[in-house]
Amino acid sequence: MPPEKILLQGNEACVKGALMAGCRFYAGYPITPATDIMEAMARDMPRAGGVFIQMEDEIASLGAVIGASLAGKKSLTATSGPGFSLMQEHIGFAAMAEVPCVIIDAMRAGPSTGLPTQAAQGDVMQARWGTHGDHPIIALAPSSVYECYELTIQAFNLSERYRTPVILLVDEVVAHMREGVLLPAEGEIAIEERVRPTVPPEWYIPYGDPGTGVPPMSAFGDGYRYHVTGLSHDVRGYPTTRADEVDPLIRRLFSKISRDYDRLQWYDSFNTDDAVVTVIAYGSVARAGLQAVRQARQGGLKVGLVKLKVIWPFMRRTVSQVLNNSKKVLVPEMNMGQISREVKRVNEGQCEVATLNKVDGTPLTPDEILKKLEEIYP
Amino acid sequence: MKETEHLIHKYLRSSKKFPHIWCGGCGIGIFMNALIRVIDGTGYSKDDIVIISGIGCSGRLPVYVDFNTLHTTHGRALTFATGIKMAKPSLKVIVVMGDGDAAAIGGNHLIHAARRNVEITSFIINNQVYGMTGGQISPTTPYGATTVTSPYGNLEPAFDICRLTEAAGASFVGRSTVYHTGLLDRLISQALNKKGFSVVEVIAQCVIFGGRWLGMDSAVRMMNWQKENSVTVEKAKGLSEAELEGKIVIGVLADRERPTYNEQYRKLLTEKLKI
Repeated sequence: MPPEKILLQGNEACVKGALMAGCRFYAGYPITPATDIMEAMARDMPRAGGVFIQMEDEIASLGAVIGASLAGKKSLTATSGPGFSLMQEHIGFAAMAEVPCVIIDAMRAGPSTGLPTQAAQGDVMQARWGTHGDHPIIALAPSSVYECYELTIQAFNLSERYRTPVILLVDEVVAHMREGVLLPAEGEIAIEERVRPTVPPEWYIPYGDPGTGVPPMSAFGDGYRYHVTGLSHDVRGYPTTRADEVDPLIRRLFSKISRDYDRLQWYDSFNTDDAVVTVIAYGSVARAGLQAVRQARQGGLKVGLVKLKVIWPFMRRTVSQVLNNSKKVLVPEMNMGQISREVKRVNEGQCEVATLNKVDGTPLTPDEILKKLEEIYP
Repeated sequence: MKETEHLIHKYLRSSKKFPHIWCGGCGIGIFMNALIRVIDGTGYSKDDIVIISGIGCSGRLPVYVDFNTLHTTHGRALTFATGIKMAKPSLKVIVVMGDGDAAAIGGNHLIHAARRNVEITSFIINNQVYGMTGGQISPTTPYGATTVTSPYGNLEPAFDICRLTEAAGASFVGRSTVYHTGLLDRLISQALNKKGFSVVEVIAQCVIFGGRWLGMDSAVRMMNWQKENSVTVEKAKGLSEAELEGKIVIGVLADRERPTYNEQYRKLLTEKLKI
């Protein structure tokens, strides 16, 4: 019997994706609009033989997640804006100590308590620079229920591959949306595991560079006794203030991801071949954008759309190409222009960048994007 | 002496550069010595022990000892410990915190770890001051004490960490000073052997900053103060609140059987869900 379509919510798809990816530890704290993830995890994680625990706050949640990952489990937490703010210190810890973990941020309108049940994409920059200090980060943004599933798996894959925290930025519209989806069969999406050391314990260099930029990671209790710290450390993990040890550490943290930029250009493009104006969008806005592009095409406008799936590291190569091939680009967002600023940074005068920003908690509609396209069309 | 040398070789990291960061006369080293002495007698393999700390002078302890070691963020050591213990229950999870670490910034985690009764052995080294940042008041600094952030005298009453954690639900609560090394060893041993969440408050001297406001300028004077101001639990029973004012009550303050979170979770999987 062929697999059947099932009706699934974005948050539920994240849970299914996480379990498929091999996630066996969830710690969290309730917050709208991410609570469905926690509720589904409370039900399904124990059945999968994993650990579910409700912690006393979001700081504790990510602390527990990092601890579980150090003990060898793929680990997840989910939250929304205010909780995401509280997690920032531990995101930095995970980046510095190179502990794989996945954080789902179901974005709601802010700042502060904002509009707890309404849509926004206001955490894009917080995902990039929310924790202090220079650090690498990976963030992905699904625009459909299927992509919630797919990108949650990929978030785990990337976090395992690069030993880094990965953030899934799901806007409230996608988090709460229900769609019929055909989930891929088990094994269809490859599952990656962190590289573990194979050398004898006395040979293990926990923070050395084996050539890939990503040191093999031992789980606590596996016989490789080593030190993990948020302090700047040498290759053994011991604290250091020596410039000739600190500098290579920070540069390696960046380069282990930047050397793979080519592998991190994940996007979908629609009608871009002859597009005079191209829409660059992500999350639920990309759906509205696609509808707007279709309508505009019917009206004879040569417009296209590029949907970004990877938000951080910013896909300079992909976006640069779009800017090169279009007369104008339009970046519609449910924020005051967090990604459009990146597009302008990459643009370097190649073409005109128009923005469309919505911050009232309601989703951007196809009509609004269409209207803007007609307005800016040369 | 011979035995101590042997333990140092066995438990301190030969690859780590010494000396340690602690000031001469600091009480943390006495505690570390006691900890490895007791661990050596328990029969745990070094591979099975995880030592976790937060931030502060106590936070530096794990790096010197040859276990699985984790130096976390300020106040949050217990959250990481909870994740580790739940993810891999076979590990013996030990947490070392300071007074500011555990009772101020980490106070919320402390009460909830005790309430859940996660199988974690925790030690709170209480020197009644923020030592690493230069001698500011902590939640355990005595009322009226003059420090760099209480130049006109501390306006806040001090926390009783043991009463707090006992009330929150810890299975085992004890207190010693670093002067009372025999008692300290016994409490460490009892705490390590206790199944649920255990807390030992270790009163220690910060000679540099604590000593300054107590008017004591040497480790010997501060440890004499610990000796003279301590009252055993048994003796304290016969004393009034007024007589106990300013005294350090030492000994076992709580020792009880409560279902641990780990047991409950295991039961959920095996009995309820039949996994």
